[in-house]
Amino acid sequence: MIFSYYPGCTLKNKAQDLDRYARRSAEALGITLSELDEWQCCGGAYPMAANETGVRLSSVRALMAARERGQALVTLCSACHNVIKQTNYDIVRDATFSERANNYMAPEEYHGETQVYHYLELLRDVVGFEELSKKVKNPLTGKKVGAYYGCLLLRPSKALQMDNPENPKIMEDFLRAIGAEPVVYPYRNECCGGYVTLEDRALAAKKSGNVLASAADTGAELLVTACPLCLYNLTKTTSADQKLPVLYFTELLAEALGVKD
Amino acid sequence: MQRIGVFVCWCGSNIAGTVDVEAVAEALSHEPGVVHAANYQYMCSEAGQNLIKDAIREHNLTGIVVCSCSPRMHEATFRKTAAAAGLNPYMVEIANIREQCSWIHKDKATGTEKAIILGRAAIAKVTLNAPLIAGESPVTKRALVIGGGIAGIQTALDIAEAGFEVDIVEKQPTIGGKMTQIDKTFPTLDCAACILTPKMVDCAQNEKIDILSYSEVTDVKGFVGNFHVKIKKKARYVDETKCTGCGLCTEKCPVKAVPNEFNLGMDNRRAVYIPFAQAVPKVATIDPNHCNMLKNGKCGLCAKLCTAGAIDYKQQDEIIEREYGAIVVATGYNPIKLDNYDEFAYSQSPDVVTSLEFERLTNAAGPTNGTLLRPSDGKHPHTIVFVQCVGSRDTSGCGKEYCSKICCMYTAKHAMLTREKYPDTDVYVFYIDVRTPGKNFDEFYRRAVEEYGVHYIKGMVGKVAPQSDGKLMVQASDLISNEQLHIEADMVVLAAAIEPDKSARPLATMLTASMDTNDFFTEAHPKLRPVESPTAGIFLSGACQGPKDIPETVSQASAAAAKVIGLLAKDKLTCNPCVAHSDELMCNGCSSCEKVCPYGAITYLDKEFRMPNRTTAIRRVASVNEAVCQGCGACTVACPSGAMDLKGFSNSQIMAEVDAICKMK
Amino acid sequence: MGKFDREQILRTSGVDVLKCMRCGKCSATCPSYDEMEYHPHEFVYMVEKGETEKLMNSPSIYKCLSCFACVERCPRGVEPAKVVAAVRAQVLRQPGECRLSPDDIPALLDDDLPQQALVTAFRKYRK
Repeated sequence: MIFSYYPGCTLKNKAQDLDRYARRSAEALGITLSELDEWQCCGGAYPMAANETGVRLSSVRALMAARERGQALVTLCSACHNVIKQTNYDIVRDATFSERANNYMAPEEYHGETQVYHYLELLRDVVGFEELSKKVKNPLTGKKVGAYYGCLLLRPSKALQMDNPENPKIMEDFLRAIGAEPVVYPYRNECCGGYVTLEDRALAAKKSGNVLASAADTGAELLVTACPLCLYNLTKTTSADQKLPVLYFTELLAEALGVKD
Repeated sequence: MQRIGVFVCWCGSNIAGTVDVEAVAEALSHEPGVVHAANYQYMCSEAGQNLIKDAIREHNLTGIVVCSCSPRMHEATFRKTAAAAGLNPYMVEIANIREQCSWIHKDKATGTEKAIILGRAAIAKVTLNAPLIAGESPVTKRALVIGGGIAGIQTALDIAEAGFEVDIVEKQPTIGGKMTQIDKTFPTLDCAACILTPKMVDCAQNEKIDILSYSEVTDVKGFVGNFHVKIKKKARYVDETKCTGCGLCTEKCPVKAVPNEFNLGMDNRRAVYIPFAQAVPKVATIDPNHCNMLKNGKCGLCAKLCTAGAIDYKQQDEIIEREYGAIVVATGYNPIKLDNYDEFAYSQSPDVVTSLEFERLTNAAGPTNGTLLRPSDGKHPHTIVFVQCVGSRDTSGCGKEYCSKICCMYTAKHAMLTREKYPDTDVYVFYIDVRTPGKNFDEFYRRAVEEYGVHYIKGMVGKVAPQSDGKLMVQASDLISNEQLHIEADMVVLAAAIEPDKSARPLATMLTASMDTNDFFTEAHPKLRPVESPTAGIFLSGACQGPKDIPETVSQASAAAAKVIGLLAKDKLTCNPCVAHSDELMCNGCSSCEKVCPYGAITYLDKEFRMPNRTTAIRRVASVNEAVCQGCGACTVACPSGAMDLKGFSNSQIMAEVDAICKMK
Repeated sequence: MGKFDREQILRTSGVDVLKCMRCGKCSATCPSYDEMEYHPHEFVYMVEKGETEKLMNSPSIYKCLSCFACVERCPRGVEPAKVVAAVRAQVLRQPGECRLSPDDIPALLDDDLPQQALVTAFRKYRK
């Protein structure tokens, strides 16, 4: 099966692990991720001002490109996922945005036809976690892993429609499928501090510290995430005594499938 | 030729404010057939009615048009007026120039123009009216109450007290409803069981009341005074007439781990059970989903133990058919499921409970025998956080838009009782508003604050985070001190919104009773007919009509009973003469009308007709049972040949109205 | 000026502030609460009242993490984060206003900082 793939800027630079392991694992699962030919940065954050159209055009173009290929679009980075899915949601429901965006796209038009999957949704809805577990070569038995969702993967749930935003289970089910033991902790959907780390590192340290403390309190030995910025905040802003190892979920996946090296 | 009188009402300034009533009367006086036109300040007043009566006599009127408020308001009034003056009451038409005109228009010229058009339509219709004679139908002197909670119980007792027979249909094995699960009642703090169980016993002992427990209504036919109802009595595998309620089977049954509904799953019952000690009827019920004997034929212990020989594994569901004159809906409420509110960690921690669960945890007959203990570890909680409005007043799509009404008061009660019994416990209540409009209600809430030291905090809880040490970290806002609070609590109690019982929607369909978007039954008039459904003969009691506390439920239950008694006291009911009838010469016997009739009023007859050349032929034609027909008109629309017509609302009358409206002048 | 700003902010955010029932769940859920001078519920209320100047002059507008927690949990569907974003936009869209210049970037960089942080910051701190 072939899917269009939108890696995003960070996966080409600081988060190459997230990308590399995802591609290898997909291959092992019989899925071809075909990178879009000319994609542009998603902008990193979905504009909350209703009248910002321009910054959403790169997402519209990516969605359109996937439609031209007749493929669904797979995202991986939480931020790209959030921006592209919200764009896809709003272009159907917000007539003003749709009209303005489509003015730029003329003579073509886009009205939300493309289906967007986050890589985790691909595993859940296309591959199936049961199928995935059958393909595991090195089960991560006994590893107590906390899933860190952060905010971008789940919210706003109306647009993202990925999982229950307050009590998600997609990552826990994924961890179970690869043989690990998921640890549920209450701060798994609380913010790490996000981009504010740039001007208020102490705030990010505090927020990330709360996440690590909550995960450690429930017995997690390791955290997995889908977001490069979460990984940065959790590992780089927090103090030494708070640190838990944090990995991209694709790295564990590749390890379980025996395609890590 | 008809001689028509037109009467334009000012309704004080309600109509006259935006409609030039004189101009309307003047314009309508020139309509064909109109021989008299007048206007008056209050046409419904005695003086106004006399004006109409005098005009009928003086001008020999054969029909009248009253331009006033909605016919739902005063059609009956003006029909009586006409009848008093010797005119057939069905020669009266109402032009609604208030609700449909003056109230919705601001511009007087527009309002006046529209009022004239509405008046013209009514004149066109009354010109084609024919006098109608209302028939009569008998009244079955027995009432059905659906739901055996405090609402149904009170209604049944009051109806029985007046000497009429009444059946209570309750889907659970016992009557009593939610009130049996409640510990104390606000604002007096008397014990719920102490005031409810005597009423339950009264129901059981009253000769006029028949309790059909573990039963459900499956079909309703007929109409006011003459309902025909099918009731499914579910097999309880115990002969009610033999069981003495000794409880031996419920103690010895080997299947022990069935979640106990009465305690909301917080402890277990056996596969054969009596919900609680004061159950009425006090007989055992076997749960077929868990009984080994019923599942695989291996056990039979209860049958061996039962000295009364009451156990009957072969018992089948039974359909009972009965006739009723009136039906009271008392289907009650349930707390909503909290799946959309996982930020409060209800599904993640056993120490986050709903208020109804908290009620069981403080009830002497509950899973902890009335000692307040945390469900997780059985320890005394020292800090309890109550969260109000969980799912109420929620327009985000997760919960209910309305205020659930009872939560402010029961939370104040829970907080107060906790502080009274366990003074070492810190109690916080997060509220958006405290709503206490009831007799002694605000005083009650203030006592919780002033005498019992409950911490009321204006704000909302944003997140509850269960920690590994068993504490619940509650993150909340305090809007008055403008700070974010972090409280380490031992228990969190959620005031979940309440919603109508799930059985209400299919029941409403069976009864052709209307509901609002929240599945609460709609009343015939929100102010003036609050306990009647718009469907004649259907009455509303308790929370099925909207959230209600116990005092209000009991008042409404008695009010519904009074309405039922008023109905059952009559020997005959005047039928609505505006019913369907079929022109046999045009009917082709296609059955279209029969299929759409919601009342089963249409049957088919094979009738002999004279044909050309002295031959005869047998043709199948529709026949309307006028006593059953409610005049809804569905058949007249479905009839392909135009044979079916509605008296008082004939196709030609409707077309005449449309023509009058469309006619340019 | 306040009235003009208010209208602009309401239009930019697309939020109907009158839907707010003052429950404070947004502020109960906000991860940046302690860093803010004005909190999410105050943004909604003060914009409604037209007290936009105080908000526009407050560093609070740069403290929102855009985590959508308030948007997700608001029982009235008010979306307070969008109001915060709109107030910030109202400031940054003024001539000469800019919170982050490309020249500031080198000093902020470290070996691990993901591009995502920079892109997002530019989205949030500039026109």
